[in-house]
Amino acid sequence: MALLEVRDLQTHFFTREGVVRAVDGVSFSVETGKTLGIVGESGCGKSVTALSIMGLIPQPPARIVNGTIVFDGRDLTKLSNRQLEDVRGRQIAMIFQDPMTSLNPTLTIGTQLTETIRRHLGLARDEARRRAVELLEEVHIPNARQRLDDYPHRFSGGMRQRVMIAIALSCNPRLLIADEPTTALDVTVQAGILDLLDELRAEHEMAMILITHDMGVIAEATDDVAVMYAGQIVEHAPVEEVFYRPEHPYTEALLGALPQLEDEGVRERRLTAIPGRPPDLIDPPQACRFAPRCPHAGLGDTCTTEPPELREIRPGHWVRSAHPASERSPQTQEVGAT
Amino acid sequence: MPDGIPSPIFCPPLHPAYMAAFVVRRVFWTIPVILLVILLTFGMMRAIKGNPFRNTERNIPASIQKNLERKFHLDKPWYVQYALYVKGVFTYDLGPSMLQRNQTVNDIINEHFPVSVQLGVFAMIFAVVIGVPLGILAALRQNSLFDYLAMAFSNIGFAIPSFLTSTLFLYFFALKLGKYTGFPTFGWSGWRSWILPSIALGLGPMTYFARLVRGTMLETLQQDYIRTAKAKGLRWRRVVGVHVLRNSLIPAVTAAGPLLGYIITGSFIIETIFAIPGIGKYYVTSVSSRDYSVTMGITVLLSILIIIANLVVDILYGVLDPRTRDQRA
Repeated sequence: MALLEVRDLQTHFFTREGVVRAVDGVSFSVETGKTLGIVGESGCGKSVTALSIMGLIPQPPARIVNGTIVFDGRDLTKLSNRQLEDVRGRQIAMIFQDPMTSLNPTLTIGTQLTETIRRHLGLARDEARRRAVELLEEVHIPNARQRLDDYPHRFSGGMRQRVMIAIALSCNPRLLIADEPTTALDVTVQAGILDLLDELRAEHEMAMILITHDMGVIAEATDDVAVMYAGQIVEHAPVEEVFYRPEHPYTEALLGALPQLEDEGVRERRLTAIPGRPPDLIDPPQACRFAPRCPHAGLGDTCTTEPPELREIRPGHWVRSAHPASERSPQTQEVGAT
Repeated sequence: MPDGIPSPIFCPPLHPAYMAAFVVRRVFWTIPVILLVILLTFGMMRAIKGNPFRNTERNIPASIQKNLERKFHLDKPWYVQYALYVKGVFTYDLGPSMLQRNQTVNDIINEHFPVSVQLGVFAMIFAVVIGVPLGILAALRQNSLFDYLAMAFSNIGFAIPSFLTSTLFLYFFALKLGKYTGFPTFGWSGWRSWILPSIALGLGPMTYFARLVRGTMLETLQQDYIRTAKAKGLRWRRVVGVHVLRNSLIPAVTAAGPLLGYIITGSFIIETIFAIPGIGKYYVTSVSSRDYSVTMGITVLLSILIIIANLVVDILYGVLDPRTRDQRA
């Protein structure tokens, strides 16, 4: 049994304009020691999925209307707020996109670290401080002891993200959710943070969910990948499969939009953009949600009238499309096959 | 710091030595500000023309006029008068009143200023103790009935001028319901007489605090670091009490300084309506009768008060928001 099993999760936002189906039937599981990457463009529901697991969706307007989130044998959707508070930070920790705003500017990072430790592990003040210093050292912050009494504004973005990671790891959680952890950072800093996350995931024997819109991050840091589009998972497979044998037209298009060095002789054309926009999630089409933008969906195709199911096209490789790459006629198949 | 003397880079800026240096620097800077206030008041008083000894119907003989002017140094050039006055301020000798012959400005201040201070302090306490919690509760129950009522009340309270509320208070709570409440209609003796004027004066600032705190609180609740605090599994009480409150009270502290000015000018009106023997009456009449030394004395006193209040606000601000400390260092 996997550490986390999300089944048919539906998180909807009840707004004045209508019900926004931000997450609409998402299922996946994460095992200890593995990293699941969730990739997709803005608004595809990846962050709402993460916040649903954490029990941090804004209620109202959002509500989990269906599905289960079973963590270590317990369904998190059935827990009370107080019970969730015991899980958050202790069993499941999360780091966020913007380290510049994710730390409280009026408290020292020592306070922000030790309050978590003391809350969950019940350590005394001194002991919590000692543990905090260890944690800062573990995330490679120099002069950890002195810096404990500094305020966040004296840290750079990368250093703040390291502090966030230290806070997240402070109680040895079993699952770490990283929501776009490198998006707000300098490219030079990004790799360092990803390496650190990977190193710590192994050391702490955690499972990790890494949310990003960056295929490069996915390639570097994940074991399995779930590609999300318009509130649904459209492709779910091991990372090599996704990069070398992508099936869904959307995944192919994402890979086609990825810049590559021309010296490698891989592509000397312009980057291919995906035409059109994602569908309105208030009233999504009763069809494949990617169909309007899909180069393979012809007029009168079944996928424009009924939504395709997520099916296992190869062992461990799931896809939600009527036109997966391996079922197409050869001449239309070159797009993402690098 | 457990590790001895902190290095300048990593030192927590709340360290007593830094705080002391900051306070000393700020106190030092108040001196030129006070000199400037004296100069401006001095100049403006002279610019309104008139003379304290020419406003009676009786004609004062020219020789007596001369003598009086000499006694109060009015025959000297303005800069000499200014220098003499500045010397007086720093030795706390604000000179004799020019019209109340047997009273010095020090006497007037010693006798009446404490009453005004009391009124102002009570009003401020009322404003903070009621206004801040009202704003907090309204924000935590946003869009609830309580929120709507609190904000409706605040908007009304803020819009009605204090002379109207105090008149209404007097009419209803002191005159009509006087036998139940025991509130007197005038004077300043005993706690019953303190309540109505303090509330009347504090109502404006109270509603201001309530609206301000509610607004900043709602804004703070949306911040990323509040989401972080929740993600850490902190109890809701700690999230609000430590993470939200601290950040939402910063603007309220900032507003407290200027509100003191509001309280001071407001108190002149309230003192008149409730016949409270505060300093306001002397201040107002001294201006129209050109009682230079009284006007100057009270002005300087009030400006020193406001300068001190702003100093306290600045220090508090540094305590609440560490980012501002580095900018001054």
